[in-house]
Amino acid sequence: MLTLPNERGRFGMFGGKFVPETLMRPLADIERQLHEALADPSFHAEYMHHLYEYSGRPTALTFAKNLTERLGGAKMYFKREDLNHTGAHKINNAIGQALLAKRMGKRKIIAETGAGQHGVAAATVAARFGMECKVFMGEEDVKRQALNVFRMKLLGAQVIPVTSGNRTLKDATNEAIRYWVEHCDDHFYMIGSVVGPHPYPMMVREFQRIIGEEAREQMLKVEGKLPNTIIACVGGGSNAIGMFHPFLEDDVECIGVEAAGKGVHTTEHAATITKGTKGVIHGSLTYVLQDEHGQITEPYSISAGLDYPGVGPEHAYLAHIGRVRYESVTDEEAIAAVQMTAETEGIIPAIESAHALAKAFQIAPLRPKNETILVCLSGRGDKDVQTVMNYLEGDEPR
Amino acid sequence: MKHFIPFIVAGDPSEDVTMDLAIALEKAGATILELGVPYSDPLADGPIIQRAASRALNNGMTLTKALELIGRMRKKGVKIPIIVFTYYNPVLQLGEERFFALAQQNGASGVLIPDLPFEESEYMRTLGDAYKIPYISLVAPTSHERIAMIASQAQSFLYCVSSLGVTGIRDSLPAELHEFLKQVKLYSRVPVVVGFGISTAEQVDRLQHVCDGIVIGSAIVQKIEQLQDELNDVRTRPNALIAFSQYVVSLIEPLKRVGKNESQTTTEPTKTVSTGQTD
Repeated sequence: MLTLPNERGRFGMFGGKFVPETLMRPLADIERQLHEALADPSFHAEYMHHLYEYSGRPTALTFAKNLTERLGGAKMYFKREDLNHTGAHKINNAIGQALLAKRMGKRKIIAETGAGQHGVAAATVAARFGMECKVFMGEEDVKRQALNVFRMKLLGAQVIPVTSGNRTLKDATNEAIRYWVEHCDDHFYMIGSVVGPHPYPMMVREFQRIIGEEAREQMLKVEGKLPNTIIACVGGGSNAIGMFHPFLEDDVECIGVEAAGKGVHTTEHAATITKGTKGVIHGSLTYVLQDEHGQITEPYSISAGLDYPGVGPEHAYLAHIGRVRYESVTDEEAIAAVQMTAETEGIIPAIESAHALAKAFQIAPLRPKNETILVCLSGRGDKDVQTVMNYLEGDEPR
Repeated sequence: MKHFIPFIVAGDPSEDVTMDLAIALEKAGATILELGVPYSDPLADGPIIQRAASRALNNGMTLTKALELIGRMRKKGVKIPIIVFTYYNPVLQLGEERFFALAQQNGASGVLIPDLPFEESEYMRTLGDAYKIPYISLVAPTSHERIAMIASQAQSFLYCVSSLGVTGIRDSLPAELHEFLKQVKLYSRVPVVVGFGISTAEQVDRLQHVCDGIVIGSAIVQKIEQLQDELNDVRTRPNALIAFSQYVVSLIEPLKRVGKNESQTTTEPTKTVSTGQTD
């Protein structure tokens, strides 16, 4: 399980490289350089240096004492990725890929973004490492996330509004890939999640596994044992893979939480593993939300970061073999979890992370007090305050 | 004469018009037709073909209907080979075997899947052999050492992507293109055709000496877009089809000039691509 993907970029049947011929060689170049980099202690040292000295790692492990007492069951711990520079786990991956781009002699970065979190992380590292950065963002998201658009511009990035399709993350990713096809000779495509063609799902996992590695050490130090259950939200699934991967060979229950939007019985959700079927999206064979003719359908979630019709192929595999259980949480449950976490622990989580929290709050009372639940609190909620306000005041988010 | 391979999208602007366009293209001198199946997320296509795909999807076009449309074209007398151009996901949902069975039944002559590179296409190539539907391979300017591998398995013709990037109309083609085509020809046992970005008679004229055929997509699809209202109205359709044919003829005029004056240097299409007719 830990040795995957294989040399063809497959996790079981999932993954692969379903891309135009033009990209096959650029992908092979990245793969070769990535393997060299990962085997090079100086690369790892530089990566860790930036994580500690620039992003503020290690991130805290917080015992959610008040929530634990209130729910009266298992002890809950939060891995605080919200305390990272730029406010989410996205920076871990952005730093890793920027260092790889630098190593490959590429100084021009392309990124896609939905809500803008990965776009901001990419723009941030580009500024830090003296690189040019173009961020593709659906026109609809540009309108919804004006503040993040301005943050990216302030960081010196160029934000390119995408007008194809439904003008959201899926279309931004399509356009970023198209741009990359045209400029693959001197641009590096920095994908924000564990999606895309091989070696991206593996690469992004390797740059996110620091979450789980740190949390594992911290749990052992604080509790003297591994957690019984780990919970993380899954859109593309990078924080979840980063959290789960170092625990996959242990006797630890892993739960990935997808966005049920207005309910998985409606058409307005983003629960790709729960409701999707096998298909190809953005270069990878995985579970996909699609119609019976193989056309990708538009997902929905109040959380822009989970609003994606595909999912990382490694998650598809972990679901298929039953190692990780995937469940879903609605907009309503997620917003309630934002409020409860804010009121009880003084932490405003991102709505994405609140999906994982909501699931933890459902499970904790059912588990004995000597058990522990570790939740990946992947990002902070400042960006979502307006959305939460609109929701609570009864305005539809879309 | 060299191959002229026009590309149109099934169902753009309607099924009936696609049929008429296919007939018009054959008359105008097409030697092979590339019929595009519309897809929601066409990664290899630029804005012109993306818009055509949207129009066709809005008209309810599907992979199955596109294959059946080939059958209808055959019944209407279209004789030239018809290559199905589709992204992989619709094929996966239909089922690969079912796809080839329907392609064969309806008289398709080949399949080209732009997001299924050599390494991922073994199963499709095997099925293609079983159903006698050639699987068309692509090489790109970035292929380099991959060219020999891809060319060794090429069937019918080898499709060279002219430049980095997606389909579209380009004012200029890269200076290295001639060298690239020469290199591909060294390895290829089948005719070498070039596509992506070719949109003027002048480009056709310059390229025809270094390849065995030319694919024109976006320029033709853009013409259809411009004429869509007239094409959709049965009263104005005949004139619109004439205007369309005149445009196509003007694009490939340089090919015909050579066809008349030079001896044939390329393989006959009928020898390499079957017309796949069922009747």
